[in-house]
Amino acid sequence: METTALKAKAAQIRMDLLKMIHGAKTGHTGGSLSNTDILTALYYRVMKLDPANPKWDGRDRFIASKGHSVESLWCILGDLGFFPKEELKTFSQFGTRLIGHPNNKVPGIEMNTGALGHGLAIGVGMALAAKRDGRDYRVFCLMGDGEQAEGSVWEAAMAGPHYKLDNLVAIIDRNRLQISGSTEEVMGLEPLEEKWAAFGWHVVSIDGNDMDELVRTFEAAPEIPGKPTLVMANTVKGKGVSFAENVAHWHHHVPNDEQLALALAELSAAIESYEQEGLVR
Amino acid sequence: MANTIPNRQVICDTLLELAKEDRDIMVLASDSRGSAAMAPFAKAYPDQFVEVGIAEQNIVGISAGLAHSGKKPFVTSPACFLSMRSIEQIKVDVAYSATNVKLVGISGGVSYGALGMSHHSVQDLAVSRAIPGLAVILPADRHETKRMTEALVKHEGGAYIRIGRNPVEDVYENDDYEFVIGKAVTLREGGDLTIIAAGETVRVALDAHDALKEAGVSCRVINMHTIKPLDEEAVVKAALETGHIITVEEHSIHGGLGAAVAEVVVQHAPVPMRILGIPDEPAIAGKSAEVFEHYGLSADNIKKLALELLGR
Repeated sequence: METTALKAKAAQIRMDLLKMIHGAKTGHTGGSLSNTDILTALYYRVMKLDPANPKWDGRDRFIASKGHSVESLWCILGDLGFFPKEELKTFSQFGTRLIGHPNNKVPGIEMNTGALGHGLAIGVGMALAAKRDGRDYRVFCLMGDGEQAEGSVWEAAMAGPHYKLDNLVAIIDRNRLQISGSTEEVMGLEPLEEKWAAFGWHVVSIDGNDMDELVRTFEAAPEIPGKPTLVMANTVKGKGVSFAENVAHWHHHVPNDEQLALALAELSAAIESYEQEGLVR
Repeated sequence: MANTIPNRQVICDTLLELAKEDRDIMVLASDSRGSAAMAPFAKAYPDQFVEVGIAEQNIVGISAGLAHSGKKPFVTSPACFLSMRSIEQIKVDVAYSATNVKLVGISGGVSYGALGMSHHSVQDLAVSRAIPGLAVILPADRHETKRMTEALVKHEGGAYIRIGRNPVEDVYENDDYEFVIGKAVTLREGGDLTIIAAGETVRVALDAHDALKEAGVSCRVINMHTIKPLDEEAVVKAALETGHIITVEEHSIHGGLGAAVAEVVVQHAPVPMRILGIPDEPAIAGKSAEVFEHYGLSADNIKKLALELLGR
């Protein structure tokens, strides 16, 4: 998919997830909006996948270590046909498999996550298995920035470069907000890029809501053979919905009817402008 | 002659043998290849060995990722750290995600006797037993360790195994018997009382059997090598047929073998029972044998307890 189409797709996914959260009256709105562009780039362009054969051996692996932002992922998997899109209506309802965190009973989900600080170690294991077997799939792991306070993140951060896992791409959704407020006020993370570089990662800092930068960065990895890549995706929490952007309160706030209508109108307008952009090209 | 081969060495030897045919078997260590006796495996199969350093959370997460990719990882790490530091990874990455990871807790129980409570693992059964779907196994001697390791390679699913550090006296004459995960082994038949033991206390239970025999008590001895899934049928049968049960474990009296047996007994066949183990306190320092003796994990004490229970 070309980047203009990817931008329109991301806006559509944002609309889908807002409707889903509104319907379920629960969900992590802010973080899902901030990571939608990252996931759209991966799922509609970068990763090798086969929705009809979700366990295809040669697929690239994705681990949502920040499992709480699952809403965008459910909408993307439903949109790609990993399961019937109709099922999104069951999100967070009694007995559903579309729960508030990734659930590997759902086709397309590799591992159950939700407890922070687990995903990268799992990614190291998957990437290491590929290296030992001479396989060429890649492993992508998305972490939150608040998650960086978990010690287990840094155990895995040490192991990736030790085993020269250049088939591993870790992404930090750096939206600078966590549930209690600014990440720097809750537990200072900076200088975060320098920390990852010091652990031996090839660090690339980008605008994590810029589709062109995302695609270019993911497709270029690994730029340095033998080094895993850390993509510092600088994002805006609540991205795409004017009144939710950069507001910590929207971490898991649910839009009311009026807010939903307003958000959908903004996103529809965005889709229209991307479509026109596409026509001009 | 007393056995000189520790169970950890048996696991290594067995995996070395099986890895010839099965290239998916992997061994992971947390700076523990020496204490796990896995150095020969690391040397023979460097592509099937992963050193993780002193990072127990990481070793379980990485193993889950390897298992997800079709590998059969055996994590070998001190039981005290593996069962506590990484319990959330065991709960989520192994049990919840249903990955085929074998967690081998080495130097378990009070093996590190003189090193203090930080190095004792006498809560590991309580913790691991509460994790859904996780098998929990304690082999009684080197022969059982061999058969267990073979069974584990074939077993699809997560398991926590606890072994001690030092060689233990043989319980079996050889390894020519059937080992089935979840199926208890009745080592001695008897009608007055049943002693249920696991791991290193099985040998103690057998000695107690002999001491009781001299006192005219007919004592059944069950080797409950699998704490979970527990062989409930064997427990109910023992309760109904012998009317008295004593459990003996190298573990806290809370939440381990005794608790598992009691859960079955009270619900299906209530009979008088005693739970023998480490009391609810930081265990005393000393060699394993000294600690066992101190807490009454001995043939003499079991005999005394049995006679009391039988009112003799």
